[in-house]
Amino acid sequence: MATVEVTFPPLPAHVRTARLVATAVARRSGIDESLLDEVRLAVGEACSRAVEAHRKHCPGQPIRVALCDDGERFEVVVTDAAPADADGEAPVAAAPQGGHGTARGAAARDGGTAAGDGAPVAGGGTTAGADGVILQLPASVGLAVITGLADDVHISPTGDGTSVAMSWKRRSATA
Amino acid sequence: MDLKLGHNNKDGIEVVDVEGEIDVYTAPRLRELLIELVNKKNYQLVVNMEKVEFLDSTGLGVLVGGLKRVRAHDGSLDLVCTQERILKIFRITGLTKVFGIYESVDQAIAARKAEK
Repeated sequence: MATVEVTFPPLPAHVRTARLVATAVARRSGIDESLLDEVRLAVGEACSRAVEAHRKHCPGQPIRVALCDDGERFEVVVTDAAPADADGEAPVAAAPQGGHGTARGAAARDGGTAAGDGAPVAGGGTTAGADGVILQLPASVGLAVITGLADDVHISPTGDGTSVAMSWKRRSATA
Repeated sequence: MDLKLGHNNKDGIEVVDVEGEIDVYTAPRLRELLIELVNKKNYQLVVNMEKVEFLDSTGLGVLVGGLKRVRAHDGSLDLVCTQERILKIFRITGLTKVFGIYESVDQAIAARKAEK
């Protein structure tokens, strides 16, 4: 059961609110202080990606963020309702390897590939302006950042969208 | 905290001071400023991120876009950043290899001048 659930309309201004709530709940759950920045950034990336997808496909639908603490792990699940196959999305692959997982499904929808560790990402799949200059990196970069930050990442299709589940071990509990 | 932007010319290099959070909501303002500076023929830029509290991939995209714009004019866009929490996202994405990242504005300017 989720400790805290937040829903918000797909507006960029609310991504900050989601980050603040996630950080506050993570802190309250007793997660190590050194991980709070990682939680904040990863949740922000997942919510930014969801906001972009909703604005494109379903601007009237809210985005859901569930924050769970089972005593050993702190998990955040960001669920969007944007149609998974709207842009020819491939079947979604889970990424159970913890921090080095793949993010093929959503990355395919976002028009790029999730980068591996250390590889420059300012390549294909970017959004470019009329003069060909990059205006925004592909949302898959956000997924690459998430996989680089969270201990475990799972990206899976839901009934009408995609969920990005990120979790961190409560290192302070074992310290 | 919202985003505060300022800029001033130092030794022929335009220094952009950024304070606050750069995310999907605020990044467009930074993008507009960078575009405005390039349109005014400022092709040597240093972005001072010492007071940036948060940076996500949207902000990275804006910086990469700015870099591409100035490079189109044989210019440069260097960063000033010593905060580990901000540097981490550059490392994860491999962009430490793309940007010149310095510890102070003076150091960034000196490095740019030395290359000329």
